Amino acid sequence: MSAIAPTKETTYLQVLDTEGNVVNPSLMPELSDKQLRSLMHKMVFTRIWDQRAIKLTRQGRLGFYAPVGGQEASMIGSEAASEKEDFLFPSYRDIPQAMWHGWPLYQAFLYSRGHQHGAQFPQNVHVMMPQIIIGAQIVQTAGTALAFKLRKEKRVAFTYIGDGGTSQGDFYEGINFAGAYGAPAVFIVQNNQFAISVPVSLQTAAETLANKAVAAGIPGVQVDGMDVLAVYSVTKQAMDRARTGEGPSLIETITFRYGPHTMSGDDPTRYRTKELEQEWQLKDPLVRFRNFLQKKNLWSEVDEERVIEEAKTAVNDALAKADAYQKMTLPGLIDSMFKTLPADLIAQRAEFDS
Amino acid sequence: MAQMTMIQAITNAMDLELGRDEKVLLFGEDVGQSGGVFRATDGLQKKYGVERVFDTPLAESGIAGLATGLSIQGFRPIAEIQFFGFVFEAMDEIAGQATRMRYRSGGRYSCPIVYRAPFGGGVKTPELHADSLEGILAQLPGLKVVVPSNPYDAKGMLISAIRDDDPVFFLEHMKLYRSFRQEVPEDAYTVPIGQAKVVREGKDVTVIAYGAMVHTAEKAAEEWAKTRGIQAEVIDLRTIRPIDIETIVTSVKKTHRAVVLQEAQRTAGIAAEVIAQINEQAIFYLEAPVLRIAPPDTVYPFAMIEDEWLPTLKRVVSGLEKVFSL
Repeated sequence: MSAIAPTKETTYLQVLDTEGNVVNPSLMPELSDKQLRSLMHKMVFTRIWDQRAIKLTRQGRLGFYAPVGGQEASMIGSEAASEKEDFLFPSYRDIPQAMWHGWPLYQAFLYSRGHQHGAQFPQNVHVMMPQIIIGAQIVQTAGTALAFKLRKEKRVAFTYIGDGGTSQGDFYEGINFAGAYGAPAVFIVQNNQFAISVPVSLQTAAETLANKAVAAGIPGVQVDGMDVLAVYSVTKQAMDRARTGEGPSLIETITFRYGPHTMSGDDPTRYRTKELEQEWQLKDPLVRFRNFLQKKNLWSEVDEERVIEEAKTAVNDALAKADAYQKMTLPGLIDSMFKTLPADLIAQRAEFDS
Repeated sequence: MAQMTMIQAITNAMDLELGRDEKVLLFGEDVGQSGGVFRATDGLQKKYGVERVFDTPLAESGIAGLATGLSIQGFRPIAEIQFFGFVFEAMDEIAGQATRMRYRSGGRYSCPIVYRAPFGGGVKTPELHADSLEGILAQLPGLKVVVPSNPYDAKGMLISAIRDDDPVFFLEHMKLYRSFRQEVPEDAYTVPIGQAKVVREGKDVTVIAYGAMVHTAEKAAEEWAKTRGIQAEVIDLRTIRPIDIETIVTSVKKTHRAVVLQEAQRTAGIAAEVIAQINEQAIFYLEAPVLRIAPPDTVYPFAMIEDEWLPTLKRVVSGLEKVFSL
């Protein structure tokens, strides 16, 4: 079934119901057993890693951190549909996608702590540092997608933004530019219901966020963001579409963050009810997909335990590596301002060069 | 050699660089088919095709963001902001994104972008078109800011800017676009970014200016030489970030007096920075306080009072008077 087609009707797509039953076989992606298991592996790993990161933040061992629990299907299903050569523009919550796209975990930790080496991505890792200024990633994605088109490379630029981010002018400018140039881009709106504390109902009168694609003349589709197969399937179609020269698409994943906005003092009880949180936990992406896999004998408790241990070890190893990494220096920072240092900075550098 | 106006020199520079390096792209509002509202890109789309020289949707942040996204993939975009007064719409992409890219990524990504914009006053544009916002740009770490005052420098510095591996903002004074012609070599050449130029030698006072004010400074210097027998040395800054303090200090050590001219409002601008640096490096050579001649701290005025608001020749001459009476 082709989920991505220019239409003014927004469709809401699902493959699995909350029990893990297949409700829409036509949208079932063609994935091998190994690939299916890999999606589960990444989701379990990410949840454990997220729980560890929250603890580490509370202990003061990490700096800035935005929890991801609840959004695993939305994040991992979409990233898994990309190719390694595709270029990712994450926002600050999208650390899992960046990591699965190749960002070494110890560097993600260094980034969280505020170390420059954090975003010094290896040459073969096609990821931009997480965007802080909401919307800027959208216009930049249009630019990188145009670069791929001009060079006739079969690569896609893909990016993430939240529900609140769709209110930014840059959001419209970026999807509109990409549409106007037919650039190979995929824009993923993770609608987790709240922009910090402000609900979607206060962001816009638009019926859906996917509808915002209509104004840019590109396809927009809404997908169950707690259903990893649906997210994968839809994103894969959008990626294929971009790769074959059919232009950009917009995907809205309907999801929920279980935790606070960030670990810097947000208190979700001020703006959402326990009932709402419980309602969303019943839709949990891991529970649902685990049920699906277990029915096919593709996932066991042994598998689960193995991934949990693997994640814990990986976090510990990455922390040790981050701890051991050399400290930044002021001359080093000054040197990274320009390719060739201008005279004024050479003079200023001398003050710190001992 | 050919006689060129500044706008012809600018077109010529982009023409040569588009021809030399296929990574160079040129885009903005109306730059393609129409050749730009000032015709700075005239004929370039026809010559290099719609994939190299193209129109954009009408959105400045989109234009600057496009430049960021293209440049991190190895292109060298020349992004035109149709009028400098529109730059606020693009400010995050310039100040928040491109100029920080090399630093934030520890050198993994960089943005060799040239932002071009017509700026400056005296040509009776509608409001919010003309403005002298260069002080805002000059404050941004990671950005170089260039303001040519003549066709020769415009061509040479634009070529330098395009070849630079970091973002450069290239400001084109609207009043200078077609005000005079100059001998300009037809081949490519560079004028280095970050070097001021002594455009008139003198021993009695240093007058520092950039853009259109260089010409006002020269006229004032002539008048002083004639009426008072005082020889003013005039320095064209050419680059306002970084400032070539060495050339200024060398001159001030000789003249012992200095005046800085700017079209921008008085406070927190380039003149203030030049004066601060003179204080740091040459205060004991001074025989009088360094003065600045600038418009008052109002918003850029409507067209009908623009000429009075900008530093007039008369105000510059009397400003010079002041450094000798203090």
